[in-house]
Amino acid sequence: MVTGAGVITALGRGWKENSTGFRSGKTAFRPVTLFDVSKQRAKFAAEVSIPENLPQTRLTFRQMKRMDRASKLLLLAAVEAWGQSRWEPKEDLPIVLGTTSGGMAMGEAFYRHALSTPSKHARQPTRVASYQCQRQALDVCEAFGIHGPLTLIANACSSGANAIGHAWELVRCGAAERVLTGGYDALSHMVFSGFDSLQALSTTVCRPFDAARDGLALGEGAAVLALETLESALQRRAEILGEIVSYGAATDAHHLTQPHPDGDAALAAMQEATHLAGLNPDQVGYVNAHGTGTHLNDSSEAAAINRWAGDHAAKVRVSSTKSSIGHLLGAAGAVEAVVCLMSLREGWLPPTSTIKTPDPVCQFSLVTSPETASVDYALSNSFGFGGANASLLLRRWQ
Amino acid sequence: MNITVQGIGAVSPAGWGVEKLREVLEKNTPLPATELARPGWTGGLRVRAVPPPQTRPAIFAQPRLRRASPISQYAVAAAMEALGSSVEKINRGEVRLGIIFCVMSGCVNYSRRFYDETLRDPATASPLVFPETVFNAPASHLASLLGSRGRCYTMVGDPGTFLQGLALAAQWLGEKQVDGCLVVGAEELDWLTADASRLFCRDSVLSAGAGAVYLTESSSAEGPVLSAVTDAHLFLRNQSPACAAAKMRAQLPSLAEPSLLCDGLQQVARADRDELRAWDHWQGARLSPKAILGEGFAAASAWQCVAALDALKTRAFQGANVSVVGCNQQAIGAQFLAKPAL
Repeated sequence: MVTGAGVITALGRGWKENSTGFRSGKTAFRPVTLFDVSKQRAKFAAEVSIPENLPQTRLTFRQMKRMDRASKLLLLAAVEAWGQSRWEPKEDLPIVLGTTSGGMAMGEAFYRHALSTPSKHARQPTRVASYQCQRQALDVCEAFGIHGPLTLIANACSSGANAIGHAWELVRCGAAERVLTGGYDALSHMVFSGFDSLQALSTTVCRPFDAARDGLALGEGAAVLALETLESALQRRAEILGEIVSYGAATDAHHLTQPHPDGDAALAAMQEATHLAGLNPDQVGYVNAHGTGTHLNDSSEAAAINRWAGDHAAKVRVSSTKSSIGHLLGAAGAVEAVVCLMSLREGWLPPTSTIKTPDPVCQFSLVTSPETASVDYALSNSFGFGGANASLLLRRWQ
Repeated sequence: MNITVQGIGAVSPAGWGVEKLREVLEKNTPLPATELARPGWTGGLRVRAVPPPQTRPAIFAQPRLRRASPISQYAVAAAMEALGSSVEKINRGEVRLGIIFCVMSGCVNYSRRFYDETLRDPATASPLVFPETVFNAPASHLASLLGSRGRCYTMVGDPGTFLQGLALAAQWLGEKQVDGCLVVGAEELDWLTADASRLFCRDSVLSAGAGAVYLTESSSAEGPVLSAVTDAHLFLRNQSPACAAAKMRAQLPSLAEPSLLCDGLQQVARADRDELRAWDHWQGARLSPKAILGEGFAAASAWQCVAALDALKTRAFQGANVSVVGCNQQAIGAQFLAKPAL
């Protein structure tokens, strides 16, 4: 059961602001201000406005002062999820998080300083410590007085979904009664430059599943979920936001960055998720696609969804919310799981509002404008470099 | 049912293979350090590098490894040694393989190179290099070479992460999600990591390589087996590394004699203090791979496990504890038995 959900994206901070934005299909891109993009092909990203003052937690002023951007994003999402769950500090509460680059901006600062002033080390230890993924996660532990254990999954762009899937498995198999889980990533120069070098970034508008799509747009953010057993949630009389009912994961060995054209591993992950839940694809009312907006991802994912849905493909409602907030990399799977929870709970489908001409490869029904819909099950896809594929299946709680 | 160790593999400053590792550990003399050039300095950084292989493994000719950085090569070599003859079954799809890849620094060679290119001129930064910077690139290469379509996680954290990987493998095997699970810890050397590491412990000598353990679930009485992994005790404001190390020690079950402790001591007072205190009453034999090979982060904790398992096979120990008191995250221990408990 999900009894807490926190989210921060370029659409805003918290459930309400994000729900309003996703529901209307609002887009949140603006010129990049965090680093110099004057020599890049792409100039836009979905930057988050981080508040100057962080919420009060058990972190000291000094700890908060040294937090990097990624830590702040994660903390803001975690504070919302923690507050909503009404959990109390518990020594053995596991934390499972996904990220692709942790505090990369701090690593970049370390490198620049190491080259420019090789004999001066002021603040270099802090940069090293803050660069590492475990720092951001340990900050969350310190903030709420929890002792872990701590698991960090870095499966590229499916990291967030893998983290939630792993957390769900811990609860399901009885290894934990409760788990705090999610994903986070902040924009960084190196990663922006990396996607730009691959010519994977859109120079126009991010249009997943559009016939004329020309690439993805990057974003940043975080989402954190409080997962617990039904027994625990009922005993505490906690408000249940929704349920994760299954998880599938598979590896695509085709290429380091390109998915198999037929979407074999994506299909395997989706099939595992529905099979494990004992469902047929026609019972899944909405698919939040990975839908990056690149030619290769979207055609491969479309092929996978077509094959997965089979005869019911035309009835499957699909959208990609990356048209609103960009690709959040390690946070994508977690944020999109929260979007599915919002959609199931509030009865709407988030549109990919930037689509003008749907790619004919899509045999399914794309959601291109705001819609109300009462859906029982939603599937969230996340695929990444290295062939990491994950699907989460969520259910509306009644 | 037991979590049985089917194979082990290692690449380290001792050389390529478990046998080289054993030879060097038996001599019990720290390997000589070499100097790694650091831009802006006349001198270098003291490191222990992996020597080139005597003969280049044939698998390195695979297209996926053509551009791959050393971490991927070390990982693949260690994994292939651990898998042994199981590789063919995996290739034929007869084994549902899980891969758990553990790193702390990861693909730092290409990350530094790509960021350097970005700073110079992002318009010419190499699209061939960027994908190799991603944490899960080595695991992806490994899965591709093995033709594995199953679960493949890359876990990031301090050296204790490798033991977390063992625990996750046991979970997957216990739930029948996989038939076999390969746990790999690997790192590569770079002046950037060596420089960063030196800021925290000046006398620590950074090294590189990989270690791999291949686990299956089995009801047979053949060993060795993974019998326990402790909780991961975090280093927090209200839980010092010394306290976390003591909790880890207390959680490991007692062993029948003769027993072995394979610890993470480096013979560097500052780095060793908390672990020494946690194990100060240990009466059994002791092996400290990092004192001989250097600080290899995730690779080093993998070497500890590989060395312990090798000692169980080649010497007369009943069981072995592996103790990892990590750099900045956690203390965690594992226990292996020479034969399954009846």
